[in-house]
Amino acid sequence: MATVIPEPPQTQNKDHLKAYAGNGGGNWVPDQARPLALREHPFKPAQTGMWVALAAITMSFAALTSALIVRQGVGLGWGHIALPPVLFLNSFVLLVSSLTLEVARGRLISYVHGNELQKAVPMRWLAITLFLGVLFVVGQYAAWLQLKSRGLYLATNTNSSFFYLFTGVHAAHIFGGLLGLVYVMSKLHRSVLRRSTFSAAAQYWHFMDALWVYLLLLLWTRI
Amino acid sequence: MAETMAHAVAHHAPPQGFIRKYVFSIDHKVIGIQYTTLSLVAAFVGMALSWAMRIHLAWPDMRLPILGWLSPNGAPGGLMTPEYYLSLMTMHGTIMAFFVLTAAPFAGFGNFMLPIQVGAADMAFPRLNMASFWVTFTGFLLACATFFIPDGPPLSGWTAYAPLSAVGSVAGPGQGWGQNLWGLSIALFCVASLLGSLNFIVTVLDLRTKGLKMSRLPLSTWAWFIDAWVSLLAFAVLLPTCLLLVLDRLGGTSFFIPGGLVFNDQLQPHSGGSPLLFQHLFWFFGHPEVYIIILPAFGLVSHIMPTFIGKPLVGGWKVITFSEIAVGTLSFVVWGHHMFVSGMSPYMAMVFSVPTLFITIPSVIAVLVWVFSLYGANIRFDTPMLYSLGFISLFITGGIGGFFLAQPSTDSYLHATSFVVGHFHFTMGLSAIFATFAGFYYWFPKMFGRMMNEKLGKLHFWLSFIGVYCVFITMQLTGMSGAVRRYSALVDDFMVPLIPAYRFMTIAALLLGAAQFIFLYNVIWSRFKGPKAPDNPWGATTLEWDTTSPPPFDNFGGRQLVVHHGPMEYDGDESLMQTSPEPSIAGT
Repeated sequence: MATVIPEPPQTQNKDHLKAYAGNGGGNWVPDQARPLALREHPFKPAQTGMWVALAAITMSFAALTSALIVRQGVGLGWGHIALPPVLFLNSFVLLVSSLTLEVARGRLISYVHGNELQKAVPMRWLAITLFLGVLFVVGQYAAWLQLKSRGLYLATNTNSSFFYLFTGVHAAHIFGGLLGLVYVMSKLHRSVLRRSTFSAAAQYWHFMDALWVYLLLLLWTRI
Repeated sequence: MAETMAHAVAHHAPPQGFIRKYVFSIDHKVIGIQYTTLSLVAAFVGMALSWAMRIHLAWPDMRLPILGWLSPNGAPGGLMTPEYYLSLMTMHGTIMAFFVLTAAPFAGFGNFMLPIQVGAADMAFPRLNMASFWVTFTGFLLACATFFIPDGPPLSGWTAYAPLSAVGSVAGPGQGWGQNLWGLSIALFCVASLLGSLNFIVTVLDLRTKGLKMSRLPLSTWAWFIDAWVSLLAFAVLLPTCLLLVLDRLGGTSFFIPGGLVFNDQLQPHSGGSPLLFQHLFWFFGHPEVYIIILPAFGLVSHIMPTFIGKPLVGGWKVITFSEIAVGTLSFVVWGHHMFVSGMSPYMAMVFSVPTLFITIPSVIAVLVWVFSLYGANIRFDTPMLYSLGFISLFITGGIGGFFLAQPSTDSYLHATSFVVGHFHFTMGLSAIFATFAGFYYWFPKMFGRMMNEKLGKLHFWLSFIGVYCVFITMQLTGMSGAVRRYSALVDDFMVPLIPAYRFMTIAALLLGAAQFIFLYNVIWSRFKGPKAPDNPWGATTLEWDTTSPPPFDNFGGRQLVVHHGPMEYDGDESLMQTSPEPSIAGT
C-alpha cells in the first residue's frame, strides 16, 4: 500500500491543516470531536484539477464543433436527419440526475454535521443518480438503434457521422462520470470520502449535463 | 513535531521495493528522471534516423546494411526507396517533436524541479503523474514498433496531412498499420500531455509553500505553468483530431477525404470531406506545439542566467513572464501561417500574417531581456551558461528566418524548400535542445548528487554549437537556392549543383552527432565517478538548492519552508536564498 489515506491530525492548531493541501482536505466523515475547519480549509486540488480538466474537455468539444461547422460549409453530401425522439427523454433523465446529485450533497452535509444519522440516506441518493446516469446511456443506445433501423450508420453520410461522433464521445465522458460516482460511493461506504472528491465528481457530472444540453441544441439545429 | 508528522502523512510514504521505487514510482523525482531518460533514448533514435537520411541525400548509392536488416522492403540491400526515406523523415519528426522536444524540457525537468521549486513534497496528483509517464512510454514503444512491421513506418510526415494519412494502405507502404500505430501513439501522447499539464497547473496553483506568491515563483516554474496551459488547450484539440482521422481510416467516415479521390488508380469510397479541415485542426494544435516546445526553454534560460551573471534579469520577473504569456496566447491565433500555400483566401492569409508578425514582439522582448542582462555583468562561463548563450544565439538566428516566412509573398517561394527545415530546426529544435542541455548541466548535480565534468561539457558545447551552425545555416542557404524539402534525391537540374553543400551538411551532421557521445560519456561517467555535489554548487537562490543533492523522498526532510524573496536575489558574488529571512539585496 503505497498511498496513505491521511488521518486528520489530533490537534486544534489550524496551521497544521495546510499540510493537507496536497491531498484534498480532511475526510468527510462525521466526528464531532474534530474541528469543523478540518473540512473547510481553502485548498482543494481535486476541484482545481477538475476545473482544469473541464477546460480541456471544453476545448475538445469546441474543436469538434468547429469541425462540424467547417464540414457543413464544404456542403457536399450535407443533408438533414430527424433526431430520434428518445433523445429528449434522455435529456430529461440527465437533468434530473443533476438534481438528485445535489440532493445527495445536501444529505451528505446533514450527515457530516450529525443531523442525519444514517449513511444509507446520502448513499441512496447517490445510487439514484448513478441509476439515472446508466439510464441515460441506455437511452442513448436506444437512439443509436433507432437511427440504425432507419439505415443510418456511422459512415452513411456526414450528418450521421457527426451524430454518432458527438453522442459517442459524450457517452464516453458520461461513462467516466459513472465511474466517478461509483468511486464516491465506495469512498463513502468506507467512510473515507473527502469533501473535495465529492465536489469534483459533482462538478464533472453537472458539466456533462450542461454539455449535453449544448450538444442537443447543436445537433438539433445543425444535423 | 506535529507539523512534521502532518506533513508526512499528507503525502505518500516512501515506497519499498525496486518496482515501486524505480519503475512504477509515484515520486515526481523518479518520474522526472524517467522522462529525461526516455527523451535521451528517443533523441539518439531520432538522430540516427537523420543520419540515414543525410547519408542517402549526399551519397545516394551508399548502402546501409542496418536499414536492409530493419526493412527488407523499404531498403532492399540497404539502399532505401524514396518511400522509405519519407518513412524515416516521418519518424524523425514524430520522435523528435513529441518524445524529445515536448517531453524533455517540460515533463523531464518540470517533473523533477517544479514541486521542489514551489516547496511541495510532490505533485498534486502523484498517481496521475505516474500514469502520464507510462502512457508516454507506451506511445513511444508504439512509435518505435512501426519500424518492425512489414510495411514499415508511415510516410505522411509528422504532420500526417489528410487525405494521404486518411485513406489507408492504398496510399503507400506504411500507410496501413504503420499509420494506425502512429495515430495511436500520438493519441496516447496527447492523453499523457493532458494529464501532465493538469498536474503542473494544479501543483502551482494549490501547493505553493508559505510566502511563495506567484510573483516570487522562479522563472522556470512560471514558464512550465504557462506552458502547461498552452499544452492543455492544444493537445485537447489534437486528441479529437486523431479520433476523426482514425474514424476516416477505420470507420469509413468522410471527415477529411474528398469525393472522387483516386489513389493508385483506385477510386476511394468517400465523399465531401475536407483535407483543409485536417490542416486547420492540426495546425491549431501544431503552432502552439512549437511554443509548447520553446516556452520551457525560455524558462530554463531565464532561470539559469541570473545565477551566472550575478544579477537579476532586466525588468525583473515581470517582463519575461508577460512576454511568455503573450507568446502563449498569440500562439493560438497564428496557425494559418502554415497554410499560406495550402489554398487560403489572400484576406485570410493577411489575417494570419499580422498576428504572426506580432508574436515576434514578445519573443524579441525576451531576447532583448537576456542580451541586455549580460551588459556589465561579471559572467561565469560554466557549461550551463554557455548553453544558455548558445540558446540565445540559435533562437535569434532562427527567428530572423521567421520574418521571411511570416509573409505570404516570400513564404510562397520558400515554403516547400529546406529553408523552412533549417528555420524550425534553429528556432524550436536546436534552441530547445540547447536549453535542455543548459538545464541538464545545471541540474545534474541536484538530480544525481554528483558534478559533471566541466572540460568535457565545454568541449561538447563548442562542437555542438559549431556543428549546428554548419548543418543548418547551409540548409537554409540551399533552401534559398531552391532545394526542395522531403525529396529523397537531388534529381532536378537546379538541385544537382547543390550536392557539395549536401555532402558538407552530412559530414557536419555526423560530427555533430558524434559530439553527443561525449555528452553521453560525461553523463554516465559523472553519474558514478563524478565528484560529490554540494547542496548548492552554483550559488543559486531557489528552493531546489535549499535541500540536499539529491533531495530526500519528501524533498525537504519534513521542513516546512517559508519564502521571503523573489528568485533573483543576486548582487555580484552575493546571492540570497529565497528562504533566507534577511532583507532583500537587490531591492526587488
